[in-house]
Formats: sequence, structure tokens, C-alpha cells
Amino acid sequence: MSDKALLEVENLRISFPTRTGVTQAVRGVSFTVGREKLGIVGESGSGKSMTGRAILRLVPPPGVVTADKLSFQGEDLLILPEKRLRGIRGRRISMVMQDPKFSLNPVMTIGAQIAEAYRVHSSAGKAEAKRRALEMLEAVRIRNPERVYGLYPHEVSGGMGQRIMIAMMLIPNPDLLIADEPTSALDVTVQMQVLAIMDELCSSRGMGMIFVSHDLNLVASFCDRILIMYAGRVVETCRASELHAAKHPYTRGLLDSLPRLDDTRAELPVLARDPSWLEG
Amino acid sequence: MIEVTDLRVTFGHGADIVAAVQGVSFAVREGESFGLVGESGSGKSTVLRAVVGLNHDWTGSIAVAGAAQSRRREKGFFKSCQMVFQDPYGSLHPRHTIDRILAEPIAIHGLRDADARIDRVLRDVGLGPQFRFRYPHQLSGGQRQRVAIARALVLEPRVLLLDEPTSALDVSVQAEILNLLKRLRAEHALTYVLVSHNLAVVATMCDRLAVMNRGRIVEEMDVESLRRGAAREDYTRQLLRASQGYDRAAADSFKDFA
Repeated sequence: MSDKALLEVENLRISFPTRTGVTQAVRGVSFTVGREKLGIVGESGSGKSMTGRAILRLVPPPGVVTADKLSFQGEDLLILPEKRLRGIRGRRISMVMQDPKFSLNPVMTIGAQIAEAYRVHSSAGKAEAKRRALEMLEAVRIRNPERVYGLYPHEVSGGMGQRIMIAMMLIPNPDLLIADEPTSALDVTVQMQVLAIMDELCSSRGMGMIFVSHDLNLVASFCDRILIMYAGRVVETCRASELHAAKHPYTRGLLDSLPRLDDTRAELPVLARDPSWLEG
Repeated sequence: MIEVTDLRVTFGHGADIVAAVQGVSFAVREGESFGLVGESGSGKSTVLRAVVGLNHDWTGSIAVAGAAQSRRREKGFFKSCQMVFQDPYGSLHPRHTIDRILAEPIAIHGLRDADARIDRVLRDVGLGPQFRFRYPHQLSGGQRQRVAIARALVLEPRVLLLDEPTSALDVSVQAEILNLLKRLRAEHALTYVLVSHNLAVVATMCDRLAVMNRGRIVEEMDVESLRRGAAREDYTRQLLRASQGYDRAAADSFKDFA
């Protein structure tokens, strides 16, 4: 990290009371994010998405979030009143969800949704918001933004829908973007193009980014730093370029179990889970 | 084992007509594992659905196990050719036990000793008899996909059509399912057609593959050339490049192939 941290998280815990007792989804996670691309990797149920949601206080009830510290540019996100939090949520920290099909409003045109995102967070008028929305559509490389502006979500492809979501999240010019599996529904080539857009926006605007994904190779090639989560804990942190030298047996196991293009192994090694990882 | 010649599939009518598959031909030998690779909308799943008889509106010719297939399939066809679907959460009946799910194909085909068959097939896919009277929601994604594979195998087919069998699973579970599919193919001398967008999965599972784009086969290659990265067509090369992780320069060079 070159400069002061944008986001500081210390000992984050998320638990859900259930009929059979309390389930701890996240158990003492600490990290900081500066103006960099931080990857959070893990399997389903490892708590990676919940960690992203907790930052914006979007953990659904009855989930309980506690932390020793959860601060964004000096403001304590845990105790901030809801009204003040709304000034941060979407404005200074925004979040891109996994599936555009369920995250866009189906009965509102794309243009109207993006313009709304801008107007909510600024005092701009209608014409100004439309101009900015069109600019943003162009920035995420949508050809013919004028046409797409008037379309409804069901009229665009998955790749385009994802780019539209990114446009909507970036229009308030946030300092931190939380992207929860933003490209896992996309084809590999479209995925690369969407990542290139986010990469460029990160470097040109100095935005920080938390990239939540299950795809180790993708994260290693895209992010600067990686947290590897297992059963609600961070088991390993490393520079993305050094992922291949990861030490934790879980990380190693995950890396080994990936099929490779030049694979000639008769059988893929299967992850043998060690109960001690739960506490490691 | 499978011969597809000039397969064409269209959806819709009049001005809204979409030609999803436009003249696809390929042949799969007995015991071979054949991959169909392509991006969404390339028609790879549609080809598979036409072969298994889930799509009735096609032209061209499809022959499975030496028998030319008509649009509607005889019951006996499904005894020799079965399919495993992508989403193990959607493809199992949520209110049927595993036992009932596996007993249904046996009953339809009027086979005997259902009990022994179910027991055997559950062991075969590595689940064991203790799973027999559970419901799908009591199983993990990987276990459900094992049940889906067991349901396909319970009729002892010769051909298994696999539509993205691991894309809904975590990588560690994916390795288990891929190993299972490999073992079953060796043990039962099965013929596979595997549809996937993941080139690495195809490289581990298949002997040969065809790359599809916009309803056509762009290139057929063997897995050796895939491993070497020796693609003939630009489209395949772009796909290979995109599969190898994020690369800013590569992303900028991508183009659309019509």
C-alpha cells in the first residue's frame, strides 16, 4: 500500500442465530484496503460475500455484525447513523453484485436507472444526469449508448447487463468499489473486457477495490493482494504475484485441484480438509 | 457412436427467427470423450439437447449407436443415452428422496431388481447407501451432482451427455466430480460428450474437441494441440488467451467474430 488505508477492518465477526444454535459466518477477519485491488478468495460458505456486505451494513437480519474496528476514511461504519451511512453507501463505497438479472430493476429503462443513481447522490438536474449516464455507458464500452439508454434490462445480454451495473456503481465516482463475483456469469472474453474497464477506472481515478471471487487464477492475475478465506477466517494473505508460492495447505490444495490447460495428470488431487484449518 | 451431420436448429418464427445451430457436423467414436466448447449463445447446449431428444425442431441427421434418430425418440433410446445437467440444484425433484429419484428411470424402463441397482449405482458414484433416503436439500452441491450422475447411470447407458457438469460447483468439488466422471468412463467404457466453456476442464476430460461460435463449428482439434496451444483459428486463439487469466493488453486486442 502506497498511501493511507481507505478501509480498516479489525476482528470482524458475523453470526446468524438459528434454531440449532449460532452459526458464525465470519470469525475474526482483519484487513485494510488502500487505493489498490484487493482480492478475497474462498469457496461457497467461506464468508467472503458476507465480509463485503458487512462493510456496507448490508448483512440481512437476523445476522449480527461485530468488529473491533470497521472504519472508512476515519468514519466508524458500525455506529454511523443510518442517515449518514446513506451518504457513504453507493456514494463513496459502492457495490457490484454478481447477477445483473436480479440486480437491475426490470420495469425501468437502463438509462433511467443509471441517471437515478447519479441524481440520488448529487444535486444534478435531469439533463445533466442523462448526459453523465450516457458518458458512463460509453466509459464501460457500450457501443451506441443512446440506444441502450432506452432499453429494458431483459433486452440486453448478460455481459452488457454487468457493464451497465458497473456503470451505475461508478457514476457517483466512489472511493471504494466492492465487487462481489462481478464477472462469474460472463464468458471468458467478455469477463476480460469488463475487468479491463474496472482496472482502467481503478488506475485513472485512484479508486480502491475489493474483488470477491472464487476464481483463484483470475484473482491472481487481476488483483494486487489476495486474502484467502476458509470457514469464516483469513487463512493466508499474499501478494497476487506470489500466490503460486502460497504456503497454507488449503491454498495449495485449491491451486492443485484446478484443472489446467496443459494437464496430463490422470487424476486431479482432491482437497483433504484438515480440521485444524478451522482454527488456523 | 454418435454421428451428427448438418444439424440445424432454429427458434421462433418469421422475422424473429433465430438460427441457433447452423449446419454442425461431428462424429464421436465409441469410448471417446468429445468436448464441445464455446461461449454463451454459441449453440453448444442446443446441439446436445437435439442429440438427446429434448429439442424436437431440428433438421439434418443424428445417429446414435448406429441408429438414425427421428425427432421423437423411442423409449429404448434413453436406455443407451443419458444426460447430466448443469445445475444440480434445479435438476433434482426437491420433494422426492434420492431413492425415488433413482427408482423412477428403472420403473419407466420396466427393469427388475431396482433395489440392487440403486444400491450399486450409489456406491458407484461414491455416495453409499446412507444417502438413499435423504432429500436433495440435505445434500451439498457436489453430492447432488453425484446423484444426478447416478440417475443417468442407473440405466447403464453407453453414452453420457454432460452439459457443464461442474460449472455450478466450487473448484475443490469440481476436481472430485471430474475424477469421478473419469473413473466411471474407464470402468463402464462410456462415451462422453462434454459441453463446457472452461477449456481447462475439457483439456483434462476429453480426447478431442470442437470449438463453436455463433452456431457453427469453428475448429476441431485433438487435446494435444489444445495443450500445446496450437489453434488454427483466430477465434480459438482468443478463447485460449482469455482462459489464461487477466491480461490488460490481451483484453484490448479482443474482437468480435461474426
